[in-house]
Amino acid sequence: MKFLKQFLIILLISLIGEALKAVLPLPVPASIYGMVILFICLVTKVIKLDQVRDAGKFLIEIMPVMFIPSGVGLMVSWGDLQPILIPVAVITVVTVITVMGATGVVSQWIIRRDKERLNG
Amino acid sequence: MAEFFKESAYIAVAVSLIAYSFGSWLKRKFKLGLLNPLLISILCTIAFLLAVKVDYETYKGGAQVLTWFLTPATVSLAIPLYEEWELLKANVKAVVFGILSGVITSLVTILVLSVLLGLNHKQYVTLLPKSITVAMGMGLSEELGGYVIITVSVIAITGVLGNVFGEAICKLFRIKEPIAKGLAFGTATHAIGTARAMEIGEVEGAMSGLSIAVAGVFTVILAPIFATFF
Repeated sequence: MKFLKQFLIILLISLIGEALKAVLPLPVPASIYGMVILFICLVTKVIKLDQVRDAGKFLIEIMPVMFIPSGVGLMVSWGDLQPILIPVAVITVVTVITVMGATGVVSQWIIRRDKERLNG
Repeated sequence: MAEFFKESAYIAVAVSLIAYSFGSWLKRKFKLGLLNPLLISILCTIAFLLAVKVDYETYKGGAQVLTWFLTPATVSLAIPLYEEWELLKANVKAVVFGILSGVITSLVTILVLSVLLGLNHKQYVTLLPKSITVAMGMGLSEELGGYVIITVSVIAITGVLGNVFGEAICKLFRIKEPIAKGLAFGTATHAIGTARAMEIGEVEGAMSGLSIAVAGVFTVILAPIFATFF
Protein backbone atom coordinates (compact mmCIF):
# COMPACT_ATOMS: atom_id res chain seq x y z
CA MET A 1 0.00 0.00 0.00
CA LYS A 2 2.89 2.33 0.77
CA PHE A 3 3.98 2.58 -2.86
CA LEU A 4 0.41 2.93 -4.08
CA LYS A 5 -0.30 5.88 -1.78
CA GLN A 6 2.96 7.59 -2.68
CA PHE A 7 2.38 7.09 -6.39
CA LEU A 8 -1.18 8.37 -6.02
CA ILE A 9 0.05 11.63 -4.46
CA ILE A 10 2.55 12.14 -7.30
CA LEU A 11 -0.11 11.28 -9.85
CA LEU A 12 -2.63 13.72 -8.36
CA ILE A 13 -0.03 16.49 -8.48
CA SER A 14 0.63 15.61 -12.13
CA LEU A 15 -3.12 15.89 -12.69
CA ILE A 16 -3.22 19.34 -11.07
CA GLY A 17 -0.29 20.32 -13.30
CA GLU A 18 -2.25 19.15 -16.32
CA ALA A 19 -5.28 21.18 -15.23
CA LEU A 20 -3.14 24.31 -14.77
CA LYS A 21 -1.65 23.82 -18.24
CA ALA A 22 -5.18 23.64 -19.67
CA VAL A 23 -6.23 26.85 -17.89
CA LEU A 24 -3.13 29.06 -18.10
CA PRO A 25 -2.09 30.35 -21.56
CA LEU A 26 1.68 29.80 -21.03
CA PRO A 27 3.95 27.37 -22.93
CA VAL A 28 4.78 25.59 -19.64
CA PRO A 29 4.24 21.81 -19.55
CA ALA A 30 2.17 20.03 -16.89
CA SER A 31 5.30 18.38 -15.47
CA ILE A 32 6.96 21.70 -14.61
CA TYR A 33 3.80 23.03 -12.89
CA GLY A 34 3.67 19.73 -10.99
CA MET A 35 7.33 19.93 -9.98
CA VAL A 36 6.81 23.44 -8.59
CA ILE A 37 3.61 22.38 -6.75
CA LEU A 38 5.26 19.34 -5.16
CA PHE A 39 8.25 21.46 -4.18
CA ILE A 40 6.03 24.10 -2.51
CA CYS A 41 4.05 21.34 -0.73
CA LEU A 42 7.28 19.85 0.62
CA VAL A 43 8.69 23.18 1.78
CA THR A 44 5.41 24.15 3.51
CA LYS A 45 5.15 20.58 4.96
CA VAL A 46 1.70 20.07 3.41
CA ILE A 47 3.27 16.85 2.09
CA LYS A 48 5.94 15.15 4.17
CA LEU A 49 9.03 13.76 2.47
CA ASP A 50 8.16 10.20 3.64
CA GLN A 51 4.83 10.39 1.84
CA VAL A 52 6.41 10.60 -1.63
CA ARG A 53 10.08 9.73 -1.28
CA ASP A 54 10.27 6.02 -2.21
CA ALA A 55 7.93 6.11 -5.20
CA GLY A 56 9.52 9.37 -6.39
CA LYS A 57 13.05 8.01 -6.17
CA PHE A 58 11.98 4.91 -8.09
CA LEU A 59 10.46 7.02 -10.87
CA ILE A 60 13.63 9.12 -11.09
CA GLU A 61 15.78 6.00 -11.20
CA ILE A 62 13.95 4.54 -14.20
CA MET A 63 13.65 7.94 -15.93
CA PRO A 64 16.16 7.24 -18.75
CA VAL A 65 13.99 4.48 -20.25
CA MET A 66 11.11 6.95 -20.59
CA PHE A 67 13.09 8.74 -23.32
CA ILE A 68 13.52 5.66 -25.51
CA PRO A 69 10.25 6.13 -27.47
CA SER A 70 10.99 9.78 -28.38
CA GLY A 71 14.56 8.86 -29.28
CA VAL A 72 13.35 6.10 -31.59
CA GLY A 73 11.22 8.84 -33.25
CA LEU A 74 14.44 9.79 -35.04
CA MET A 75 13.67 7.04 -37.58
CA VAL A 76 10.68 9.12 -38.75
CA SER A 77 12.14 12.65 -38.70
CA TRP A 78 15.31 11.48 -40.46
CA GLY A 79 13.97 12.57 -43.88
CA ASP A 80 13.39 16.20 -42.84
CA LEU A 81 16.65 16.32 -40.99
CA GLN A 82 18.91 14.91 -43.71
CA PRO A 83 19.23 18.01 -45.96
CA ILE A 84 20.41 20.20 -43.05
CA LEU A 85 22.17 17.43 -41.20
CA ILE A 86 25.67 18.89 -41.10
CA PRO A 87 24.79 22.43 -39.90
CA VAL A 88 22.35 20.97 -37.36
CA ALA A 89 24.95 18.49 -36.10
CA VAL A 90 27.57 21.24 -35.77
CA ILE A 91 25.16 23.54 -33.91
CA THR A 92 23.97 20.73 -31.64
CA VAL A 93 27.46 19.66 -30.62
CA VAL A 94 28.92 23.18 -30.26
CA THR A 95 25.94 24.41 -28.20
CA VAL A 96 26.19 21.54 -25.72
CA ILE A 97 29.85 22.47 -25.13
CA THR A 98 29.39 26.27 -24.92
CA VAL A 99 26.28 26.11 -22.72
CA MET A 100 27.74 23.60 -20.27
CA GLY A 101 30.96 25.60 -20.17
CA ALA A 102 29.26 28.97 -19.64
CA THR A 103 26.83 27.73 -16.99
CA GLY A 104 29.46 25.78 -15.09
CA VAL A 105 32.20 28.40 -15.24
CA VAL A 106 29.95 31.31 -14.23
CA SER A 107 28.26 29.45 -11.36
CA GLN A 108 31.56 28.00 -10.12
CA TRP A 109 33.12 31.47 -10.18
CA ILE A 110 30.26 32.86 -8.04
CA ILE A 111 30.37 29.89 -5.62
CA ARG A 112 34.13 30.17 -5.09
CA ARG A 113 34.06 33.96 -4.76
CA ASP A 114 31.33 33.68 -2.08
CA LYS A 115 33.30 30.98 -0.27
CA GLU A 116 36.39 33.19 -0.22
CA ARG A 117 34.39 36.13 1.14
CA LEU A 118 32.98 33.89 3.84
CA ASN A 119 36.44 32.69 4.82
CA GLY A 120 38.23 36.01 4.38
CA MET B 1 6.33 -10.56 -36.89
CA ALA B 2 4.92 -7.16 -37.94
CA GLU B 3 1.39 -8.53 -37.45
CA PHE B 4 2.16 -9.86 -34.00
CA PHE B 5 3.80 -6.56 -33.10
CA LYS B 6 0.54 -4.74 -33.87
CA GLU B 7 -1.49 -7.13 -31.69
CA SER B 8 0.90 -7.40 -28.75
CA ALA B 9 0.46 -5.15 -25.73
CA TYR B 10 3.92 -5.85 -24.33
CA ILE B 11 6.43 -6.33 -27.12
CA ALA B 12 7.28 -2.66 -27.70
CA VAL B 13 8.06 -2.06 -24.02
CA ALA B 14 9.86 -5.40 -23.77
CA VAL B 15 12.09 -4.60 -26.77
CA SER B 16 12.88 -1.14 -25.33
CA LEU B 17 13.77 -2.50 -21.90
CA ILE B 18 15.80 -5.43 -23.27
CA ALA B 19 17.71 -2.94 -25.44
CA TYR B 20 18.30 -0.74 -22.38
CA SER B 21 19.46 -3.68 -20.25
CA PHE B 22 21.82 -4.69 -23.04
CA GLY B 23 23.18 -1.11 -23.07
CA SER B 24 23.66 -1.15 -19.27
CA TRP B 25 25.44 -4.49 -19.52
CA LEU B 26 27.78 -3.20 -22.27
CA LYS B 27 28.57 -0.14 -20.19
CA ARG B 28 29.39 -2.21 -17.09
CA LYS B 29 31.45 -4.61 -19.13
CA PHE B 30 33.56 -2.09 -21.05
CA LYS B 31 33.32 0.99 -18.78
CA LEU B 32 33.23 3.32 -21.78
CA GLY B 33 31.32 6.64 -21.73
CA LEU B 34 30.26 6.30 -25.35
CA LEU B 35 28.42 3.10 -24.48
CA ASN B 36 25.54 5.06 -23.01
CA PRO B 37 22.59 2.75 -22.22
CA LEU B 38 20.05 5.24 -23.55
CA LEU B 39 21.90 5.77 -26.82
CA ILE B 40 22.44 2.03 -27.28
CA SER B 41 18.81 1.22 -26.50
CA ILE B 42 17.58 3.80 -29.04
CA LEU B 43 19.90 2.50 -31.79
CA CYS B 44 19.14 -1.17 -31.03
CA THR B 45 15.40 -0.54 -30.97
CA ILE B 46 15.56 1.29 -34.34
CA ALA B 47 17.67 -1.54 -35.79
CA PHE B 48 15.19 -4.12 -34.50
CA LEU B 49 12.16 -2.26 -35.89
CA LEU B 50 13.82 -1.90 -39.30
CA ALA B 51 14.83 -5.58 -39.29
CA VAL B 52 11.31 -6.87 -38.56
CA LYS B 53 9.67 -4.12 -40.71
CA VAL B 54 7.58 -2.54 -37.98
CA ASP B 55 6.89 1.19 -38.45
CA TYR B 56 7.37 3.84 -35.76
CA GLU B 57 3.64 4.45 -35.23
CA THR B 58 3.06 0.78 -34.37
CA TYR B 59 6.02 0.77 -31.99
CA LYS B 60 4.92 4.04 -30.39
CA GLY B 61 1.43 2.62 -29.82
CA GLY B 62 2.90 0.07 -27.44
CA ALA B 63 5.88 2.00 -26.10
CA GLN B 64 4.03 5.15 -25.08
CA VAL B 65 3.39 3.58 -21.68
CA LEU B 66 7.03 4.49 -20.98
CA THR B 67 6.46 8.10 -22.04
CA TRP B 68 3.37 8.19 -19.82
CA PHE B 69 5.59 8.00 -16.73
CA LEU B 70 7.62 11.05 -17.79
CA THR B 71 5.33 13.63 -16.18
CA PRO B 72 5.15 11.94 -12.74
CA ALA B 73 8.92 11.35 -12.90
CA THR B 74 9.61 15.02 -13.71
CA VAL B 75 7.23 16.04 -10.88
CA SER B 76 9.28 13.78 -8.59
CA LEU B 77 12.43 15.79 -9.36
CA ALA B 78 11.05 18.17 -6.71
CA ILE B 79 12.08 15.55 -4.10
CA PRO B 80 15.89 15.72 -4.55
CA LEU B 81 15.48 19.45 -5.01
CA TYR B 82 13.75 19.71 -1.62
CA GLU B 83 16.42 17.53 -0.03
CA GLU B 84 19.03 20.04 -1.22
CA TRP B 85 16.89 23.09 -0.37
CA GLU B 86 19.38 24.54 2.16
CA LEU B 87 22.18 24.22 -0.38
CA LEU B 88 20.04 25.89 -3.01
CA LYS B 89 19.14 28.81 -0.75
CA ALA B 90 22.78 29.34 0.15
CA ASN B 91 23.73 29.48 -3.56
CA VAL B 92 20.83 31.31 -5.10
CA LYS B 93 23.07 33.82 -6.94
CA ALA B 94 25.15 31.08 -8.56
CA VAL B 95 21.98 29.27 -9.60
CA VAL B 96 20.25 32.27 -11.19
CA PHE B 97 23.27 33.82 -12.90
CA GLY B 98 24.80 30.47 -13.91
CA ILE B 99 21.61 29.33 -15.62
CA LEU B 100 20.95 32.75 -17.18
CA SER B 101 24.48 32.79 -18.68
CA GLY B 102 23.87 29.30 -20.05
CA VAL B 103 20.55 30.22 -21.65
CA ILE B 104 21.96 33.38 -23.26
CA THR B 105 25.01 31.44 -24.48
CA SER B 106 22.70 28.83 -26.01
CA LEU B 107 20.65 31.41 -27.92
CA VAL B 108 23.72 33.41 -29.05
CA THR B 109 25.59 30.28 -30.19
CA ILE B 110 22.60 29.12 -32.22
CA LEU B 111 22.11 32.60 -33.74
CA VAL B 112 25.76 33.03 -34.75
CA LEU B 113 26.15 29.51 -36.16
CA SER B 114 22.82 29.64 -38.02
CA VAL B 115 23.95 32.82 -39.80
CA LEU B 116 27.44 31.42 -40.50
CA LEU B 117 26.17 28.05 -41.75
CA GLY B 118 23.49 29.61 -43.96
CA LEU B 119 20.31 28.30 -42.34
CA ASN B 120 17.03 30.09 -43.06
CA HIS B 121 14.73 31.67 -40.45
CA LYS B 122 12.51 28.61 -40.08
CA GLN B 123 15.48 26.31 -39.57
CA TYR B 124 16.99 28.81 -37.10
CA VAL B 125 13.88 29.01 -34.89
CA THR B 126 13.58 25.21 -35.05
CA LEU B 127 16.91 25.03 -33.22
CA LEU B 128 16.37 27.84 -30.68
CA PRO B 129 14.61 25.59 -28.09
CA LYS B 130 17.19 22.79 -28.45
CA SER B 131 18.67 22.99 -24.94
CA ILE B 132 15.40 22.80 -22.98
CA THR B 133 13.14 19.92 -22.03
CA VAL B 134 11.01 18.33 -24.80
CA ALA B 135 7.69 19.29 -23.23
CA MET B 136 8.59 23.01 -23.25
CA GLY B 137 10.70 22.93 -26.43
CA MET B 138 7.89 21.48 -28.55
CA GLY B 139 5.49 24.26 -27.59
CA LEU B 140 8.14 26.93 -28.14
CA SER B 141 9.13 25.58 -31.58
CA GLU B 142 5.50 25.59 -32.65
CA GLU B 143 4.99 29.14 -31.37
CA LEU B 144 8.09 30.39 -33.23
CA GLY B 145 7.04 28.58 -36.42
CA GLY B 146 9.75 25.90 -36.53
CA TYR B 147 9.75 22.23 -37.65
CA VAL B 148 8.46 20.72 -34.38
CA ILE B 149 9.54 17.14 -35.15
CA ILE B 150 13.13 18.24 -35.86
CA THR B 151 13.17 20.30 -32.68
CA VAL B 152 12.15 17.19 -30.74
CA SER B 153 14.88 15.08 -32.37
CA VAL B 154 17.57 17.71 -31.81
CA ILE B 155 16.50 18.08 -28.17
CA ALA B 156 16.81 14.31 -27.74
CA ILE B 157 20.27 14.24 -29.38
CA THR B 158 21.39 17.19 -27.24
CA GLY B 159 20.36 15.26 -24.13
CA VAL B 160 22.15 12.11 -25.21
CA LEU B 161 25.33 14.12 -25.99
CA GLY B 162 25.22 15.64 -22.50
CA ASN B 163 24.51 12.23 -20.99
CA VAL B 164 27.55 10.74 -22.76
CA PHE B 165 30.06 13.62 -22.88
CA GLY B 166 28.89 15.81 -19.99
CA GLU B 167 31.57 14.72 -17.61
CA ALA B 168 34.31 15.16 -20.18
CA ILE B 169 33.05 18.69 -20.95
CA CYS B 170 33.02 19.56 -17.23
CA LYS B 171 36.58 18.32 -17.00
CA LEU B 172 37.56 20.40 -20.04
CA PHE B 173 36.30 23.60 -18.39
CA ARG B 174 37.60 22.51 -14.95
CA ILE B 175 34.09 22.56 -13.50
CA LYS B 176 34.50 20.72 -10.20
CA GLU B 177 31.97 22.19 -7.76
CA PRO B 178 29.06 19.72 -7.57
CA ILE B 179 26.53 22.58 -7.73
CA ALA B 180 28.14 24.11 -10.81
CA LYS B 181 28.31 20.68 -12.48
CA GLY B 182 24.63 20.03 -11.84
CA LEU B 183 23.63 23.45 -13.19
CA ALA B 184 25.75 22.85 -16.31
CA PHE B 185 24.16 19.44 -16.98
CA GLY B 186 20.57 20.62 -16.52
CA THR B 187 20.90 23.92 -18.40
CA ALA B 188 22.67 22.44 -21.42
CA THR B 189 21.04 19.02 -21.67
CA HIS B 190 17.71 19.07 -19.73
CA ALA B 191 16.16 15.85 -18.38
CA ILE B 192 18.35 13.36 -20.28
CA GLY B 193 21.49 15.05 -18.93
CA THR B 194 19.83 15.15 -15.50
CA ALA B 195 19.44 11.37 -15.59
CA ARG B 196 23.25 11.21 -15.81
CA ALA B 197 23.78 13.94 -13.17
CA MET B 198 21.60 11.88 -10.78
CA GLU B 199 24.09 9.02 -11.13
CA ILE B 200 27.06 11.31 -10.42
CA GLY B 201 25.67 12.56 -7.11
CA GLU B 202 22.69 13.83 -5.11
CA VAL B 203 23.73 17.49 -5.31
CA GLU B 204 24.53 17.30 -9.02
CA GLY B 205 21.18 15.62 -9.70
CA ALA B 206 19.14 18.06 -7.64
CA MET B 207 20.77 21.12 -9.23
CA SER B 208 20.38 19.63 -12.68
CA GLY B 209 16.68 18.95 -12.07
CA LEU B 210 16.17 22.50 -10.89
CA SER B 211 17.96 23.85 -13.98
CA ILE B 212 15.47 22.13 -16.30
CA ALA B 213 12.65 24.26 -14.95
CA VAL B 214 14.59 27.53 -14.60
CA ALA B 215 16.40 27.27 -17.97
CA GLY B 216 13.09 26.35 -19.62
CA VAL B 217 11.39 29.46 -18.27
CA PHE B 218 14.30 31.78 -19.22
CA THR B 219 14.38 30.30 -22.73
CA VAL B 220 10.62 30.64 -23.22
CA ILE B 221 10.95 34.34 -22.35
CA LEU B 222 14.13 35.11 -24.35
CA ALA B 223 13.78 32.91 -27.47
CA PRO B 224 10.93 34.96 -29.04
CA ILE B 225 13.19 38.05 -28.78
CA PHE B 226 16.10 36.19 -30.42
CA ALA B 227 13.74 34.95 -33.15
CA THR B 228 13.40 38.55 -34.39
CA PHE B 229 17.20 38.95 -34.84
CA PHE B 230 17.50 36.73 -37.93
